[in-house]
Amino acid sequence: MKKKRDSIGFLSSLFAIVVGLLVGLVILLISNPSQAAAGFITILTGPLTHGSKGVGQVFYYATPIILTGLSVGFAFKTGLFNIGAPGQFIVGAFAAVVVGIKCGFLGGIHWLVALLAAMIAGALWGAIPGLVKAYFNVNEVIACIMTNYIGMYMVNYLISTNKSLYDKIYNYSKNVAGTANIPKMGLDVIFEGSSVNGGFFIAVAAAAVIFILLEKTTFGYELKAAGFNKDASRYAGMNEKRNIILSMAIAGALSGIAGALLYLAGSGKHIEIADVLAGEGFTGISVALLGLSNPVGVLLAGIFIAYITAGGFYLQLLNFSTEIIDVIIAVIIYFSAFSLFVRVFISGLRRKREEHAAGGKGEGGKKE
Amino acid sequence: MEARMDYIIEMLDITKEFPGIIANDHITLQLKKGEIHALLGENGAGKSTLMSVLFGLYQPEGGCIRVRGKEVKINNPLDANALGIGMVHQHFKLVHNFTVLQNIVLGKEDTKNGLLEMKAARKKVMELSEKYHLSVEPDAVISDITVGMQQRVEILKMLYRDNDILIFDEPTAVLTPQEIDELMNIMRELVSEGKSIIFITHKLNEIKAVANRCSVLRRGRYIGTVDVAGTDREALSEMMVGHKVQLTVEKEEAKPSGVVLAVNGLVVKSKKQGHTRDIIRNVTFQVQRGEIVCIAGIDGNGQTELVEAVTGMIKADGGSISVKGEDITKKSIRYRNTHGMSHIPEDRHKHGLVLDYSLEENLVLQDYFEPQFQSRGFIRRDAVHSYAEKLIQKFDIRSGQGTATKARSMSGGNQQKAIIARELTKKHELLVAVQPTRGLDVGAIEFIHKEIIKERDAGAAVLLVSLELEEVMNLSDRILVLYEGEIVGQLDPKKTTVQELGLYMAGSRRGEAG
Repeated sequence: MKKKRDSIGFLSSLFAIVVGLLVGLVILLISNPSQAAAGFITILTGPLTHGSKGVGQVFYYATPIILTGLSVGFAFKTGLFNIGAPGQFIVGAFAAVVVGIKCGFLGGIHWLVALLAAMIAGALWGAIPGLVKAYFNVNEVIACIMTNYIGMYMVNYLISTNKSLYDKIYNYSKNVAGTANIPKMGLDVIFEGSSVNGGFFIAVAAAAVIFILLEKTTFGYELKAAGFNKDASRYAGMNEKRNIILSMAIAGALSGIAGALLYLAGSGKHIEIADVLAGEGFTGISVALLGLSNPVGVLLAGIFIAYITAGGFYLQLLNFSTEIIDVIIAVIIYFSAFSLFVRVFISGLRRKREEHAAGGKGEGGKKE
Repeated sequence: MEARMDYIIEMLDITKEFPGIIANDHITLQLKKGEIHALLGENGAGKSTLMSVLFGLYQPEGGCIRVRGKEVKINNPLDANALGIGMVHQHFKLVHNFTVLQNIVLGKEDTKNGLLEMKAARKKVMELSEKYHLSVEPDAVISDITVGMQQRVEILKMLYRDNDILIFDEPTAVLTPQEIDELMNIMRELVSEGKSIIFITHKLNEIKAVANRCSVLRRGRYIGTVDVAGTDREALSEMMVGHKVQLTVEKEEAKPSGVVLAVNGLVVKSKKQGHTRDIIRNVTFQVQRGEIVCIAGIDGNGQTELVEAVTGMIKADGGSISVKGEDITKKSIRYRNTHGMSHIPEDRHKHGLVLDYSLEENLVLQDYFEPQFQSRGFIRRDAVHSYAEKLIQKFDIRSGQGTATKARSMSGGNQQKAIIARELTKKHELLVAVQPTRGLDVGAIEFIHKEIIKERDAGAAVLLVSLELEEVMNLSDRILVLYEGEIVGQLDPKKTTVQELGLYMAGSRRGEAG
């Protein structure tokens, strides 16, 4: 039973991907018919045609969105919609960058402390919507949107007014100390020339931890019960308020780590002083939807979205604009949001097939 | 098949399938003009499906429908209406902030120059109301009138549309005994005026009281049609269930010994704005070890709030609640659950189960945190599994895939059995059971009643809340009647009648409060 349901979920995500790619093909055909076929092949195989560097870049792009995907997906499983990932992401990134710039004396554990700081900052930022939901019954979506903007403007303000953090010439945060960068953990050898680093392993480990937390512990049992049926969890005497706050804090911590991993990647990324919410946070929602909020699904979905995003960059070689990839991703998300509909459709097909198979024995003549 | 004109409706050989089940398997129902024809069957026997086919909500896969001797195809409720078929649904379909008159004409309004014209409608409604003794206030808003009057509005809706084939879907479920008598009279009157009635129910008394003939369905199959006058209740119930059933519950005299639950001056205030009236007003009672105390009353008189205050789901605004002498008024739900209280909730889908959890996960919903089932925060899956296996066997819980079955895919009866297994197995001295047999078939009801009596005999105190009068009379050792948030009477089920109980429930009689 469980296997079957999971496979239907997987098929519905696959279906969404196929439809999204087909729409992409149509757009390619409309904008430049002669290059469309080549463009489509580029989307599908782009990252693979550039050797190990291309593949490495995919993992590099995937790292932060796997974590924001886990953040949103985890909250989903516990019945909360964490749309606050962009805010938690940037607050986490800020904490990491502050530690990264100022605490060079830490030496070998510098990056670890920076990561920890990001995690705590993200958790605190995520806990705020949890607190106001638990105690004042404010919808977490609204509180999350607020904390997104507050987080972004606050970080902009704190960096641009602080000389030790601000690089005036480029209008972004200063470089972090070399010791704050996440170690490569051997990935630079395998994927030569790419920006991938140990952060990817951290993302995989986070997925594993979330999986164990949700599936094996009493805490996860409580959180999921609250997600499936809040009233029943109350009836069973579970501490609703505590669970909401902790769940949002954990989601926030994951987004915070995502922020740290992006800006401590050693790839020349800086926090730019611009009034834009972090895209990685919103992509997390897409990743969680496509991965059906399941930690393993999120891991695969994150890599997939990173893969076609990377493919999209190579589209420029054929004079297509990279926005086509954004459209394709949007269509995929659109259809994975329809996953319920798709699931019903697929299970209908499956039942029909089974009926056909059993038709010989039964009464036959099934009219529809 | 010859069409005989004395049948006003013939549903011949109707078959309706849903994925996985055949809801109606070659069912035949023939309604004579001017009769009350009961349609009897347990929950899930296919009564509602059959009526939905007649009303045009479903299309059958096989069989045909004849109305007044002519074969017809009913594609939607409008077609059914055009043929003179009307239905009073179990859950009324009324617009709550409209008046009685507006509800009756809704969908069939007269207009003049594009504006509503109510005069003629008002006249017709008043005439119908007088003719059939259906007293209603045409200008009262639906949300202000009693359930009984709402039902009369539904009946008037059918009559206003000149329907002469009337379907009543479990019409007595929401009524007091007095209102039920009144409804029976109305039905007799309707028939004497030439209407024909299909009366869906699973209550045998009502069939005996009012129906001419009765068709019985069981698990989607047609069992037969009998003359009611020549058939006794036992025979009807055997046709319905398929085997002999005990209609009364056998139990020994109660031996109360020592107070377990003591409720003292309990007050619950309404949380809705603008309502100043307290929902529970100064309620005091006790439940002793070894007795079943039943809170009776018409739905909405404060039963839900009373139980929620006792179990901790809502806060008490005054008074105290104690279990075994310990004041628990301010304690958490978890504290109460782990200190002697078991609770079978009113709504098994909302509170009793996490439907997306498996059966075994649901069976430990109240004690997953006990050392027996967890170590250092990790759930001991094998311990949970073997515990679930034990309960499944002991309580005969049936499900498709054993312990791994999702609660959602189980039948209502087995879902309820799972809750009962969990609550009775866990350590407790007080059992709070709210509507424990709601929506279940006769077999499951019998099982649950036996388990509750076993509980009592094993020395638990049982607080039962039920809206089913038969259950109240059969199961309880002491009845407390709740009316508008107050206990208006304490009755001994052996020394009282359903009629007397009904008078208390309707608030027209008061006695010594417990």
